[in-house]
Amino acid sequence: MKSLPRTDVVIIGAGWTGLLMAKELGARTSLNIVVLERGQAHKPGEYIEGMDELDYSERMRMMQDASQETVTLRHDTKGRALPIRQFGAFLPGTGVGGTGEHWGALFPRLTPECFQLYSKTVEKYGVKKLPEDHTIQDWGITYDEIEPYYMRAERLVGASGKAGNIRGKKIEGGNIYEGWRSDEFPNPPLKLPYVGSLFGNAAKSLGYHPYPNQVAILSQDYTNPDGVSRPACAFCGFCVRHGCMIGAKSQPTNTLMPLLTKQKKVSIRAGSRVRRIVHDQAQGGKARGVSYVDSSGEEIFQPADLVILSSWTLSNNRLLLLSGIGTPYDPTTGNGTLGKNLTHQVTAAVGIFFDKPLNRFMGAGSAGLSIGDIEGDVLDNSKLPFIRGGNLMASSGGSQPISAFGGMPRSNNVRWGSKWKKAAIDYYDRAAGIQGTGEHTPYRTNFIDLDPTYKDSAGEPLLRLTINWHDNEKKLAEFLTKKGVEVARALGVKEINPGQGYGDYNVARYQTTHVQGGTIMASSPDRGVVNPYLQHWQLSNLFVLGGSTFPNQGSANPTSTILAFTYRTADAIVDRYLKKPALLA
Amino acid sequence: MPKDNNVRDAVPRIERRHFLILSAATIGGVLVYSLDRRVSRVFAQEKSTQTLKIPLRFFTEEEALIVAAAASRIIPTDDSGPGASEAGVVIFIDRQLAGPYGRDRYRYTQGPFEEDAAPEFGYQGKATPKETYREGLKGLEGFDKLSPEEQDKKLMQIERTHFFALLRQNTIEGMFSDPLHGGNVDMVGWQLVGFPGPRMSNYDDVDKHYGEAFRPKIASLEQVIGRKVRPSEDEDMK
Repeated sequence: MKSLPRTDVVIIGAGWTGLLMAKELGARTSLNIVVLERGQAHKPGEYIEGMDELDYSERMRMMQDASQETVTLRHDTKGRALPIRQFGAFLPGTGVGGTGEHWGALFPRLTPECFQLYSKTVEKYGVKKLPEDHTIQDWGITYDEIEPYYMRAERLVGASGKAGNIRGKKIEGGNIYEGWRSDEFPNPPLKLPYVGSLFGNAAKSLGYHPYPNQVAILSQDYTNPDGVSRPACAFCGFCVRHGCMIGAKSQPTNTLMPLLTKQKKVSIRAGSRVRRIVHDQAQGGKARGVSYVDSSGEEIFQPADLVILSSWTLSNNRLLLLSGIGTPYDPTTGNGTLGKNLTHQVTAAVGIFFDKPLNRFMGAGSAGLSIGDIEGDVLDNSKLPFIRGGNLMASSGGSQPISAFGGMPRSNNVRWGSKWKKAAIDYYDRAAGIQGTGEHTPYRTNFIDLDPTYKDSAGEPLLRLTINWHDNEKKLAEFLTKKGVEVARALGVKEINPGQGYGDYNVARYQTTHVQGGTIMASSPDRGVVNPYLQHWQLSNLFVLGGSTFPNQGSANPTSTILAFTYRTADAIVDRYLKKPALLA
Repeated sequence: MPKDNNVRDAVPRIERRHFLILSAATIGGVLVYSLDRRVSRVFAQEKSTQTLKIPLRFFTEEEALIVAAAASRIIPTDDSGPGASEAGVVIFIDRQLAGPYGRDRYRYTQGPFEEDAAPEFGYQGKATPKETYREGLKGLEGFDKLSPEEQDKKLMQIERTHFFALLRQNTIEGMFSDPLHGGNVDMVGWQLVGFPGPRMSNYDDVDKHYGEAFRPKIASLEQVIGRKVRPSEDEDMK
């Protein structure tokens, strides 16, 4: 194996977290930084050519190449895991920018109780209310501590929205149920497409408090604190599963790369697939660097003083397992921490059919409104058959015809032919939806390890997910659906398709791309893989970034929280770790 | 943009020489893309006896006629508007199957295979889309010669198969994908539903036209951005 000269920092994965860390360390230290990315760099002009539903939304050109590497899945330890042959329930990205390129850019914060899920739930309802087999625990950090970092993340991306709680003062029109904010959003809310406005009126009539979706999409031209300027959104409707052709949707390539290309001490090596984090347990627990295969197929050792593991949830877990770092979780005894608390966001959907055209081809990420009245922090669960809660939203992300054609009330019991075609045309621009997302509680039975059978294209074991829905999630999804139907009725629509709820976890049905956990943070090494600074409990020069560090899943999409924690870790590295490289207490 | 001067390089090697011969009357008044992406416009009203020879990349002529007939029962030409025939769906499917999609370039295809897995695990079969079509079409021999009623009956017998699921999905794709992929000829699919195609900006309109149909002029991706776009089905071609 070829060995390269030592570098100060090696960063694994050039997505949101890896590039944000590179940008922070590059700007605030004199360290030499190497970023390794398995995929390719994006070319200028690529995204304008990407306004093509077939190649991007259907054939999923921006996603991880499953033929090279996928994961296997089983519902419980008795079943045999089968490979996810085509991504469906979640869609990991690849290449510089990672999943942050094709995301929908919803950018809400987690509700404050999510960080102290165990103590807050027990305080409100007692231990007996916790679901069977749960592995709920606190994060070791509170909302108040992370709040300033949320603010920095929102300014970085130029988040658009309206605050509902500034330092405890409730503000009508914003989300009055959200955690406190130290300041207003950097940009006002996005323009409101028709569906969102109808939803808002209906929600208000039921006594709810609709607020504009909080998004990392610019409502106006904006220059962020780093001096990076981006234009306002044009609502072209080619947003989720596509890259933004003008850079209004914040993506690592348009928000971080303009700075990184100027930082001479940061080098990004695309086409570099990391195989192992090389470490030396004997020397008091240190990572020595990483081995990777470059695009020519050569295996290379890159020594480094500091290793940042910042790939997506799945690869973060897989690299630690393959490298033999930490103790794999054993669901029978509860011992070990690596692979523990696998979660995936709960979703619910209600299809609604109007009697007038909606012009659904216009839109952006999640342009629309939400309600927070049924969030876990707000609901009184004492009389409900589940813990926690979620939110409901109506948004216009831009509807495209391959996926939209055929959406119709279930009473049209046809799938092809003249009758179907006629109904599909008739309902085409009259169909919309109310979506719910809910929290996902962690369980002993939902975890990650290596698959004993299936291998990647290099012959290495695939990651194995063991996951299924429990009663708590099934009942929460039912509840969100029921609430969605109530709002739909208040909208005055006659034809409604309530979502069908959860059976077994389904790899083919799109859920969200928020698979989390496995390398979770905790305030002691027997309970988590990293400490609340996201520093590995055993190897103090290894930091792990991203949703894999979250002990439980909020109803809010995770990226703002992921970036907030990345900022906090960057501060801890610059202000403390580099001065005294040791475990941060 | 660099222009490929060597036309032969742009044309894939074809092992079997198969052509789909269609009478202009069946696809009247449409643009048809030939294999090297030269465009022919066929006007049914001018020469209803004119025939068009479209080189096929994957299907044999017999197979193409069956697929065209079956797609036309999934999205028929009827009083609600043009269907899969006018959109050239069979040309779209032929190109998809000849490209990376057809050979499962991006699907995980290592064994062992558990073909009878529960639907929650997604498609677990070994067969690629190419293989699924070739096998499935064997069961539809002579399909294009049947009456529409007989054709529907035949399709009802297979409507729970993986082959039919693909055929249905690919028909929808060929009807509504950007014309650069060979289907949705003259954007007939988009006209059918009022989809305008990609647009650089809807900024001035997104919060207007509440409750009223806003139907801007339809344009394809290449028309909007003014240059050629290389579709994924041509990825393998040198």
